[in-house]
Amino acid sequence: MTAALSAKGINKRFGSLVVAGDISFELPVGERCALIGPNGAGKTTLINLLTGMIEPDGGEIRLGGEDVTRMPPQQRVRRGLVRTFQINSLFPRLNPLEAVTLAVCERRGESRDFLSRLATKREAIEEAHDILKSLRIAHVCYRETRELAYGQQRLLEIALALATKPKVLLLDEPAAGVPKEDSGELFTVIDGLSRELTIFFIEHDMDVVFRFASRILVLVGGRLLLEGTPAEIAADERVREVYLGKAGHG
Amino acid sequence: MSLATPADIGPTEFLAARARWRPVEIVFWLAAITPYFIAADYLQLAGQILITGLFALSLDLILGYAGIVSLGHAAFFGLGAYATGIASKHGWGEPLTGLLIGGLVAGVVGFGASFIVARFRGLALIMITLGLDQIVAEAANSMGWLTGGADGLQGVKTWPILGLFRFDLYGVTAYWYALIVTFLFFLLVRRMVNSPFGLSLQGIRENSTRMLAIGARNHAHVRTVFTIAAFIAGVAGALLTETTETVSLETLSFQRSADVLVMLILGGVGQLYGGLVGALIYMVARDQFSDINPQYWYFWIGLLLVAVVVFLPNGIVGGVKKLGGLLGRRGT
Repeated sequence: MTAALSAKGINKRFGSLVVAGDISFELPVGERCALIGPNGAGKTTLINLLTGMIEPDGGEIRLGGEDVTRMPPQQRVRRGLVRTFQINSLFPRLNPLEAVTLAVCERRGESRDFLSRLATKREAIEEAHDILKSLRIAHVCYRETRELAYGQQRLLEIALALATKPKVLLLDEPAAGVPKEDSGELFTVIDGLSRELTIFFIEHDMDVVFRFASRILVLVGGRLLLEGTPAEIAADERVREVYLGKAGHG
Repeated sequence: MSLATPADIGPTEFLAARARWRPVEIVFWLAAITPYFIAADYLQLAGQILITGLFALSLDLILGYAGIVSLGHAAFFGLGAYATGIASKHGWGEPLTGLLIGGLVAGVVGFGASFIVARFRGLALIMITLGLDQIVAEAANSMGWLTGGADGLQGVKTWPILGLFRFDLYGVTAYWYALIVTFLFFLLVRRMVNSPFGLSLQGIRENSTRMLAIGARNHAHVRTVFTIAAFIAGVAGALLTETTETVSLETLSFQRSADVLVMLILGGVGQLYGGLVGALIYMVARDQFSDINPQYWYFWIGLLLVAVVVFLPNGIVGGVKKLGGLLGRRGT
């Protein structure tokens, strides 16, 4: 079976600094894969490379078998490769219902319509509302985004991504800034998403990683140190060293 | 006035309610016809205010909704004014098709410019739009054989509307004509900002990077809205030509670009009525203050501008809305 997303030999340098060194991996459909590594390992950069926000110097990225390496970000999104942001990147003065409806309309090609009232797009609006319900933020969806609690904004990040009907979802620290006791709940919601959806997430909290990931990639200094099941990763001496800060960048 | 809670209103109904006409809007448009009955001496001014208001509305569409800052919007106003004037001078003074000519010429140039505009934001955009206006203004200045240059375009003759309504000295026909045209374009813009397209524009204004991350067609949206805004600005320019039967280089000037921005900010950016209210306040103030002191009237506009920006971030319309909201809450 074709992998949902695969990377082969991805390279990227900023000057002399290698931010991605020969990174290769495959994500089978439906996998919950965690990307871990110390600060500055290049985790967010890898997401930027995969989504096309940064162009790699070399290598190949395939989405469901199709080569998307040189494709602009918004076209990758329309093909099902979607990300969220570590730092909330939302529409402050729109309410969540408008924001998610906007994303649904863009996907359905209804956003070019400037002569119909928005309320005539009932299907799109209902779909948006259902997404908000599934993420448990429907009760605040008539309030402006900037008035929402931080945790609710994190969920809206995911809601916006889901509205594009992704095949592969890249979550950049979805629980960043959420109190530890609430991040478990947030991941329960994420874990409840469709099993056809492939999820690749960056997370620092090891408890959460071991609970929700079926596979883990460890990135250090722009290179994949190893990959394996949570049990394998937990037992690996090198990972412990990295997390204790003994391994350097070279 | 009470806003329903999520429990008792469905999402579609909620969004439908937001786009519904408010009583205050109906009052506003009823007020727009009162000059005919109570201030007949001021119909000339009222017509000018409506035309300028329509021009400001077209700026609001790009600035207030899509977040495109333009300091050169007069380019399209002036193009429309000249296109209609030149057609009229050469024998075609029919007013309705005249509006179309003005709108189309401005819209075509706007469409061309939109390919550049869509790729930039912020300061770069201000410079690009400013430069565009300078180019058009200088071109009009140097093509004296076509535009009349610094002397302005002479010999414009507007035919009666539908062959029935002749433009009179007191500006009665001009006033009604400007009112109806402005109202019709207002309806169009109102529908646009309440459409799925309008929502996408607001998304671009709020966070264009995030729009790309949800697969939105930012560039296409910007090109569309910029073209439509240029068309409407061109229609406003054409209206000015038809009602005054002359065109000067002033229609293309930087001063006009800056003035319309000032009016919109006074009235309120992204408030739909901001352009109309801003034009009203600005032009009445100019009329009154320049009676008192013809040289220094801009002092008062400057003072007003600073006061509004400091105390009313969403302009006068935003301030009135807020006040209405407070009163409404107290009333329930």
